[in-house]
Amino acid sequence: MNALEISDVWKYYGDFPALRAVGLNIEPGSTLALLGRNGAGKTTLLRIIAGLSRPSRGTVKIQGADAREQSTRQRIGVLGHGIALYDELSAIENLTLFGRLYGLPDPRKRADEMLERVGLARVRDGLAREFSRGMRQRLAVGRAFLHDPEVLLLDEPFTALDDRAIAVLQSMIQSMRDRGRTIIMSTHQLREALELASHVALLQRGQIVHTGERMQEMLDDTGWLYRTYGDN
Amino acid sequence: MFFRQVWTIMAKDLHSELRTKEAWNASIAFSVVILLLFAFAFDPSSDQIREFGSGLLWMTYAFAGALVLNRSFARELQNDCLDALIASPVSSPALFVGKALANFAMLFAVELFSLPVFGLFYNTWPPRFAPLLLVMVLGTWALTIIGTLFSALTVNLRLRELMLPTLVYPMMIPVLIAAMTVTTNILAGTAMGFGVRFLVAFDIIFTTLAVVFVDTVLVG
Repeated sequence: MNALEISDVWKYYGDFPALRAVGLNIEPGSTLALLGRNGAGKTTLLRIIAGLSRPSRGTVKIQGADAREQSTRQRIGVLGHGIALYDELSAIENLTLFGRLYGLPDPRKRADEMLERVGLARVRDGLAREFSRGMRQRLAVGRAFLHDPEVLLLDEPFTALDDRAIAVLQSMIQSMRDRGRTIIMSTHQLREALELASHVALLQRGQIVHTGERMQEMLDDTGWLYRTYGDN
Repeated sequence: MFFRQVWTIMAKDLHSELRTKEAWNASIAFSVVILLLFAFAFDPSSDQIREFGSGLLWMTYAFAGALVLNRSFARELQNDCLDALIASPVSSPALFVGKALANFAMLFAVELFSLPVFGLFYNTWPPRFAPLLLVMVLGTWALTIIGTLFSALTVNLRLRELMLPTLVYPMMIPVLIAAMTVTTNILAGTAMGFGVRFLVAFDIIFTTLAVVFVDTVLVG
């Protein structure tokens, strides 16, 4: 069974088709870099996969089940543009809250472990609003990985991260890859993404114009992919 | 599982509100000011209070409620928390009911705080408290359920603070009329009448409709 099956997905905003007949199959354990220029439809596609939006037409199956099913959402981790943390709650309260929402057996203990992992154990009782930007980003990474998701969706994960947050995120993605988890990330930062990716999909004006394994040429010259498969 | 999720969402909302007191401070201040202003502006006799006291009380609750309800889903916009909740395994009905219960608790607390202020300034105390509490519970749940659903519906609108009252108040009219009628009867010491049954039916029907449609409202 594929980790993700997207069949003939269309998404309209009014009359404008943001996604056009998108089809994509991703095998379990793959790390897919979803690439494309601004407005290509990457975020729209990730939101549909995450169950945050419904396609106008077509289907999305995650491990054979609908994206909006409760059991499916249990297995997905999402790190979007926003940090998705409550400013008025402390670091430990934020992670414990999401641990409870994901039905973890001991959310407090798991939250403590994750704070240790992202280097925020020292400030576990500090309010999120009092954290620096980098600390908030690391906390957001901890939230997304808290329930050890089988499928991880990352939307521009490296954008605006500081060095330490990038290191934390890369190490956690690496650890997920080693344990055979499926990762889908949309990004502009081609180098970071391609170093981690096993597969690549290129979106252009709402259509997938290329999918396949990551090739050495892509790493050697990050413009190669766009020149070869894109408009320019 | 459902009830645990409901409890988690409700506890989170109440915890956040207790820390910030954004909605609480605004709605309490609003209620007290309105009751105070009317008392000094009209200096009503006890007969007049029996006639319009319940109306004043429920109008105050409805407007104070808007301040509470406006914040309900809007507080989830900060940092895209709503997306994280929708992407989590929490069912949309559990998310909705949890938020509605938190809103109910906040609005009911505002009402309980305002009630003695009303009694003090208008020198009116209901002969029986239990029926008044019953109609307050039923009326407040009706206001809450409509308000929470429309709060979800308008959360992504730019003018949501304006849109929410515009959409919600027309829906609240039947509830407010029923609650005012029953409260007037209670203050006059007479039988509560048909209004209670109307409020019970309204609560059941609108809670069911809201729970059925909330996933469509949130995800589209």
